[in-house]
Amino acid sequence: MQITVNDELHEVHARTLGAVLDELGYGKARVATALNGFFIPATQRSAQTVEEGAVLEILAPMQGG
Amino acid sequence: MQFYGTELSSRLMLGTAQYDSPAILADAVKAAQAGVVTVSLRREAAGAQAGQAFWSLIQSLNVPILPNTAGCHGVREAVTTAQMARDVFGTDWIKLEVIGQGDLLQPDVFGLVEATRILTEDGFKVFPYTTEDLVVAERLLRAGAEVLMPWGAPIGSGRGLNNLFGLRALRSHFPDIPMVVDAGIGKPSHATAAFELGYDAVLINTAVAKAGNSAQMATAFRLACEAGLAGFAADPMEERDMAVPSTPTLGLARSLGGEML
Repeated sequence: MQITVNDELHEVHARTLGAVLDELGYGKARVATALNGFFIPATQRSAQTVEEGAVLEILAPMQGG
Repeated sequence: MQFYGTELSSRLMLGTAQYDSPAILADAVKAAQAGVVTVSLRREAAGAQAGQAFWSLIQSLNVPILPNTAGCHGVREAVTTAQMARDVFGTDWIKLEVIGQGDLLQPDVFGLVEATRILTEDGFKVFPYTTEDLVVAERLLRAGAEVLMPWGAPIGSGRGLNNLFGLRALRSHFPDIPMVVDAGIGKPSHATAAFELGYDAVLINTAVAKAGNSAQMATAFRLACEAGLAGFAADPMEERDMAVPSTPTLGLARSLGGEML
């Protein structure tokens, strides 16, 4: 299915958020996720389903002021 | 001085952005002896290591972290970003920025109050980046904030304390609220001035990151903060409009030709 990840289209087979992150190559990276505009905690990713057309934000630690 | 029940080792909070290299950032944090470092969240492609490397660096510095919502322009965006920051950084502290005006990066104080309320109810300890407006400050406190972060001047401007009267009034009106002057501080003397007004801490980023020698400037800011804090504690004299001789006039040699003024 096709989903949007950080504004880019991706073709993925996984159906849960945790599996999508693995499939996209994030592995054990320290990231935060929001699905369709809603924050999804790391603890809920394995149970969170991802549907066709979903919009996923993946954010990582970064410098800030 | 405690911020949400936590005693910081230093009143100097340091931002981590805009340094020329991670090593320069690390040297600056150490030279500043920063009590807090601010961090943020940004998109990162799979396989890119910048975010993970930055996280490792921050952990190695062993300084408390204050995540921010920099760049957020709406309540929902700021709240979601705060939630994501808590998940990644493992702290319920959040420096809340809701920007309402692009040229001056001026806080949207209406959105700020609303986001503060939502995040406080969600268990966050909010450090709202605000103006020196007394009414907004009152609303932020009512919404659950226990710390205020009024701006000195627009972010990155280096203009110092633009509104001394307003900052003094804010400090006087809420004497028991921990307050941090955030943004606009460009020189160590600006930081000293903030402490001389009675502020409890300053947050500095660009002034150190963009200095020719960041570590040296970090040291200068550390000393400036210490000077301002010590000076305020020592109860400075009041300003006068007229001169008052510091050397006693009693016993002046009046026969030497000087005139009495």
